[in-house]
Amino acid sequence: MDVPSARGEVTEILIARLTAGERAPLDDLAATTTAALAASDDVLTDDDLQLALFLMYELHYGGLDGVADTWEWDPRLLAVRERIEREFEAALRRAVSQPRATRDVSEALFALVTDDDGPSLSAFVERDATAEQVREILACRTIYTLKEADPHSWAIPRLHGRAKSALVEIQADEYGGGRPERLHATIFAAALRGAGLDDRYGAYADHVPATVYTSMNLMSLFGLHRRLRGAIVGHLAAYEMTSSLPCRAYATGLRRLGFGDDVTDYFDEHVEADAVHEQLAARDLAGSLADDEPEIANDILFGAAACLAIDGRLWGGLRERFEVGESALRKPLP
Amino acid sequence: MSAASSAHPASITSCPDGPLIVRGELALFDDQGEAVMPNRRTFALCRCGASAIRPFCDGSHKLVGFRTTPPPRTAAVTFDEPAPSTLNAE
Ligand code: FES
Repeated sequence: MDVPSARGEVTEILIARLTAGERAPLDDLAATTTAALAASDDVLTDDDLQLALFLMYELHYGGLDGVADTWEWDPRLLAVRERIEREFEAALRRAVSQPRATRDVSEALFALVTDDDGPSLSAFVERDATAEQVREILACRTIYTLKEADPHSWAIPRLHGRAKSALVEIQADEYGGGRPERLHATIFAAALRGAGLDDRYGAYADHVPATVYTSMNLMSLFGLHRRLRGAIVGHLAAYEMTSSLPCRAYATGLRRLGFGDDVTDYFDEHVEADAVHEQLAARDLAGSLADDEPEIANDILFGAAACLAIDGRLWGGLRERFEVGESALRKPLP
Repeated sequence: MSAASSAHPASITSCPDGPLIVRGELALFDDQGEAVMPNRRTFALCRCGASAIRPFCDGSHKLVGFRTTPPPRTAAVTFDEPAPSTLNAE
């Protein structure tokens, strides 16, 4: 992706150093990051720190144009990343109550998602949203959905037996089941084009609010740390378990607004796919993992609760802006 | 490929309070006897009757409170402090 604009001191220095070539000095980045973490009101909504973390994680995905690939494993950069991650995880653990299963983990997951009653953006789209608001939502979804499923795939080599088999079964479907044109990220790219939006990764990197990066960073944090393999599994379960009904509402809203099949296809596909994935993720994946590794059962539930909380904050935040007639973006779409 | 997959008989797994998960190759026909092609290798058949995309499940079983077993009398999950609503309440 193109390197986005800085959002504060940390990203200003980070972007300058990354684009200066391999092994540029980083001392000032570490000091500035430490100061920014100490000064931040809330790491979970901090534009500068969340974008910085996103850019460092992006080196492990598609990379940044004009930035040397060797930065991915530069220990000095990893040390800065670790400082932000530590505060990020601590903030998450303060903001999200740790759920505990009274009987079994899959039953607890179903109870968690049933009890989740945050403000629903999908219901708003179904009945009230304007076409411009839908375009803003799609733009906010690009950061994750153009690489849909990728952060959960980090968990594959860290699981075994039934849990691994279930995760691969879900991911194979996410990746089109052998049909490249049915890759979910590819279907979403077609939806973007159908809605008159740019489908290149990062095209709206300067537009989206910090909470979009927080949501993406949550998945990367869980996915890239083997220690948190339970949490990435729980995150996937919660994500899949809260997808099919909202996607139906999205599809209905998009049809109400006159968007074509090329745009609704993505949401129609997820109504059917995620009704399957929900069962596989809660039972065969999360349930098996909790049976096989009971010591990480609470991590599975924490990952699920964090998904619901952080994504609830993101999408609920968009709805709040729309309800008062404001844009959810930092600058208007072109 | 197909020789390998046909070596495994199709299986149907029932999900508590939810759909039937179908794996393996089998032919599926609708009320009119027309063949229905699932869009994926593993698919979910609605058994609550409420799905809008029958014969497949669309998650509606949760909306209608479909139960295959009597509901348990005690909560399935408890929370450590802080209360679960603190984040959304902000
Ligand atoms: S069983 Fe899921 S909608 Fe009927």
